[in-house]
Amino acid sequence: MSELLDIAFISGLIGATMRMATPIIFATLGEILSERAGVLNLGIEGIMLMGAMTGFLVTFSSGSIWLGVLAAAGVGMLLGLLMAFLAVYLGLSQHVSGLGITLFATGLAMFIYRLHFGSPTVPPIIQPFKQITIPLLSKIPVIGPGLFTQYSLTYIAWLLIPVISILLYRTKIGLKIRTVGENPVVADTVGVNVLLTRTLCLVAGGALMGVGGAFLTLAHQNMFLIDVIGGRGWVAIAMVIFGNWDPLKGACGALIFGFLDGLQLRLQGMGIAISFHVFLMIPYLLTIVALISVSRKASVPAGLLKPYRREEKGG
Amino acid sequence: MIRLRLQKRKPLPAWAKIVIPVAAILVTLILSAIPILIAGGHFWKSYYYLFYGALGTRFNLLETFVKASPLLLTGLAVAFAFRAKFWNIGAEGQLLAGALAATVAGVHLGGVPTPLVLPLVIVAGFLAGGLWAVIPAILKTKLKVDDVVSTLLMNYVMIHIMGALLFGPLQQPGSSWPRSAAIIKAACYPILMPRSRFHMGILIALFAVFVIWFINQKTTFGYRSKAVGVNIRAAHFGGINTTSVIVWTALISGGLAGLAGVGELCAIQYRLIMDISPGYGYSGIVIAMLGNLHPVGVLFSSLFFSVIIVGAQTMSRMTGVPTYIAEVIQGMSLMVMLIFLLFTEYKIKVMKK
Amino acid sequence: MVDTPQPLVKMSAITKYFLDVTANNNVTFDLYSGEICALLGENGAGKTTLMNILFGYYACDEGEIFIKGEKADLSSPKDAIARGVGMIHQHFALVPSQTVLENIVIGTDSGKGLFLDLKTARRKLLALEEQFGLQIDPEARVWTLSVGEQQKVEILKSLYRDVDILIMDEPTAVLAPTETEDLFKTLKSLVGQGRSVVFISHKLNEVMDISNRIVVLRGGQVVAERNTAETTIRELANLMVGRELLEDIDKKQLVPGQPVLEIQNLDALNDKNLPSLKNLNLVVRQNEILGMAGISGNGQRELSEVLFGLREPTCGAIQINNNPLKFGSPTAAIKLKMGRIPEDRMETGLLMDLSVEENMILEDHASAEFQTWGIMKSKRIHRYSDQLIGAYNIATAGRDAVTKSLSGGNLQKVMLARELAGKPAVVIASQPTRGLDVGAMEYIHQRILQERERGAGVLLISEDLDEVFLLSDRIVVIYEGEIMGEVSGENASREQIGLWMSGVKQ
Repeated sequence: MSELLDIAFISGLIGATMRMATPIIFATLGEILSERAGVLNLGIEGIMLMGAMTGFLVTFSSGSIWLGVLAAAGVGMLLGLLMAFLAVYLGLSQHVSGLGITLFATGLAMFIYRLHFGSPTVPPIIQPFKQITIPLLSKIPVIGPGLFTQYSLTYIAWLLIPVISILLYRTKIGLKIRTVGENPVVADTVGVNVLLTRTLCLVAGGALMGVGGAFLTLAHQNMFLIDVIGGRGWVAIAMVIFGNWDPLKGACGALIFGFLDGLQLRLQGMGIAISFHVFLMIPYLLTIVALISVSRKASVPAGLLKPYRREEKGG
Repeated sequence: MIRLRLQKRKPLPAWAKIVIPVAAILVTLILSAIPILIAGGHFWKSYYYLFYGALGTRFNLLETFVKASPLLLTGLAVAFAFRAKFWNIGAEGQLLAGALAATVAGVHLGGVPTPLVLPLVIVAGFLAGGLWAVIPAILKTKLKVDDVVSTLLMNYVMIHIMGALLFGPLQQPGSSWPRSAAIIKAACYPILMPRSRFHMGILIALFAVFVIWFINQKTTFGYRSKAVGVNIRAAHFGGINTTSVIVWTALISGGLAGLAGVGELCAIQYRLIMDISPGYGYSGIVIAMLGNLHPVGVLFSSLFFSVIIVGAQTMSRMTGVPTYIAEVIQGMSLMVMLIFLLFTEYKIKVMKK
Repeated sequence: MVDTPQPLVKMSAITKYFLDVTANNNVTFDLYSGEICALLGENGAGKTTLMNILFGYYACDEGEIFIKGEKADLSSPKDAIARGVGMIHQHFALVPSQTVLENIVIGTDSGKGLFLDLKTARRKLLALEEQFGLQIDPEARVWTLSVGEQQKVEILKSLYRDVDILIMDEPTAVLAPTETEDLFKTLKSLVGQGRSVVFISHKLNEVMDISNRIVVLRGGQVVAERNTAETTIRELANLMVGRELLEDIDKKQLVPGQPVLEIQNLDALNDKNLPSLKNLNLVVRQNEILGMAGISGNGQRELSEVLFGLREPTCGAIQINNNPLKFGSPTAAIKLKMGRIPEDRMETGLLMDLSVEENMILEDHASAEFQTWGIMKSKRIHRYSDQLIGAYNIATAGRDAVTKSLSGGNLQKVMLARELAGKPAVVIASQPTRGLDVGAMEYIHQRILQERERGAGVLLISEDLDEVFLLSDRIVVIYEGEIMGEVSGENASREQIGLWMSGVKQ
């Protein structure tokens, strides 16, 4: 038991927390962008999977891991555009459009992977990202090594948190996004292009989601498995609610999830005699509990889930 | 500049209700030629193998029904829930819950008189699936927790419960794989057609179509469910106990999904394994939408999907197109169907300015 | 003021269709600089549609628009604003959770580059406030402001964008008399500086008060144009409706009977947890109509919600026919035979996507008459709904027609049919004729009187003072959740009621 208080253990746990939280931070930030603009994007799980597969495929074929990341972002943008076409331009039910995209993207990812790689007995692998240690900061006792020895994508995720916050709260575009999400009629009457704003948010969000998925095949692991996303997209949806649609708070939620994920792995490694699966369950259960505590006073963007069509009224 | 605007149109005549889904299916099949061709499959040959593989021989045809059975049940489950605007994305977990309960019953009810075993197994599966859906329903009605997220997360919780049990108390003694002991003979669904896997569960699923249709059309509960789905505020105003409606709807919905799990256990696998469902619960969502949330529509769309899934196996063997084409077609058919449904309410107006 | 030969705005041959309805039919409308032009017409005449076209919110199917002499191709409000046209809708286009400053600044090019420059914006806003005498705190969140203050924010929003043509849609509907005076002062000041205002209204008194010129719309067409100084209320009323406006009602003298509705010491909170009903006491008797006048937003909605079972009060008791009413339960209200007409018929009262029949049986579907063991008796239900459709003269394709295809008046008839079929003891009618045309209004007034004759007690909550005066045996006025006073219908004076409505106790 004293092993738990071992500095190395805590340090490793901090590092694992940041690592495991990274894909969820990307996904949560992406989803916050679209939901703040009024669109619930349930395509997130499928987009992450396509991002994971595309990133892996492109890295495998081209040898350049950053090209893979870019490709994952690109694929995410395309799927975000598709979601915008269905849910924003055509105004179809956001729930069903998103689920349709998840199903389609999931099928497509597996189809393309199988097409390209067949069914080899040994799964193909790539050279994954290496962790980068930041010189001075990583010397800070206890937290230093864990926090500042991470993949570059993780550092990028951290930087994105304040960037998205500033974007939403301090820029003109951010005010437009928030207004479109709260009351699209208001935004329209002052000349904001509601459809365009929502589309851009979905596209940008899709890019983030794609990169989040790619993290799992390019850094966390170095191969592609069908269940690589494992429901993290849905966790991000929950984290958006948990964080009350705020980037910083949503990222905190992602951290908690990452912490539990990391803890679970470590405890397993120490042979603590609780079933592996019980541990895997805990993060999801706790997410549900978190949602319960938060849902009462949620400040949902008032325009969420409503498609915007100008001529609905009919005089 | 030419600009396009969507404008409401007059309601289409009744025949549109049938023509639209059929047209959507045709368009989907045509669009799916793209991935098939990219995968190197020859156009006509691929479709030939697809349909032959599903309908060409007696065995294939019966297999199509076998595969349609769980799809039909999850489709009904989702359609029934969506009708009341209970966004049950958790049919997968409810299916597993049903299979789990059926396993426990199916393995341990040896001492019970034989004719009682199967009914008990079925009831256990139904209730377990129903319970797994009722939990998020209560969270939604009492605590305002979003049902999309909660039902989704419950899927993962159930998968891990299953894993924990299959590596633990339910594990077949002596095995190192996550699988349960086999269920007793009395708990197996009888096979109804020789030299096939066509089993009793298929009849249960077909009967469920009738039951759900009856509930929706003829009962006061079906009326209340519909009212809640259309406008929960007005339903509440009118004196309907909306919480009760949603919880009971969830129970029936989850129960149907649970029955799908029972069927896979008692007719196909005969023991519980981790992969007992290749995503039937998620397919159910597409099937429900494609069927426009109507039981008969669900019946036809589940058959369509089954044809695709079963046929894709043969097509894959003969042409090398990956079996995942089935999932691609699923996803595409949903989007095509949504777009077609949109055009039953709106038309495109070209504004020339 | 009306001597400029070239109109500031010229709309010619404007035609606009919505599905089967022709909302604007070959309408020509001119606006001159420096004038307040009233656009007059009853509900559904096409006034708002026409102005929405000028504002670029709707696109016209035929016709042309010229603004300041140039042909204007308006595909969105952005274009209209760029040409100096601003519109303030009936339901304010404000985001309640954001601050006044954010609401005003959205979409404008304040600041350089990407970032919001709130400091400069604030300075500009305060200068405008100074110039026009509109005092609002820029940092206040809009949901905390009163309705009159929110309207000022809307006006500032337009002024901030340098609009010269301001369109206001029924601006006084939500204002108290003093606030209306304030608004008129502001409008005159705007116009004095060269701008023009289009004032959409159906309130004849105010139109005579504030406008220079009046254009009357009826059934989507222009029927008349007058200089305000050269016309009378009576003439305008006739033009608006196409016939003599005097509603002929047959109100029998009846002696009120037993109390059917008694409210004691009712306290309730609104959605923002602020007190909306304060120690409210009320009695309604058989054979009488109690009219509750008051400007919207003074607790009427909360009162009706408490009565309907949609809101729980914090204190107080209610009896229907001497039976205590259980709070928070629509079923309880239904059981005690309360006929309920909510003000928000489409959102709260009706299931718009279901059929007319399905709406008719909403409250009765589980009764012994319409079902056994949970299975519905279709034939009986069909007969019931056909009968009601006939009795209330509901214009519909049939009992299976989807409810949202019905016009406003017929929607209300469906509600009435449902609520009155069971011969309720007390009828609560909240804004029953809001948004309806004159024909429908008359029908509903007749029905309400019939209920009174039958022996029901009616609580009529209405913002339409004419209606209240027309129908009520007794009138009370609600202001900030309290009853200001009570008079009998015969002895009531408009002045007295107006004072009470503005919060002046006497």
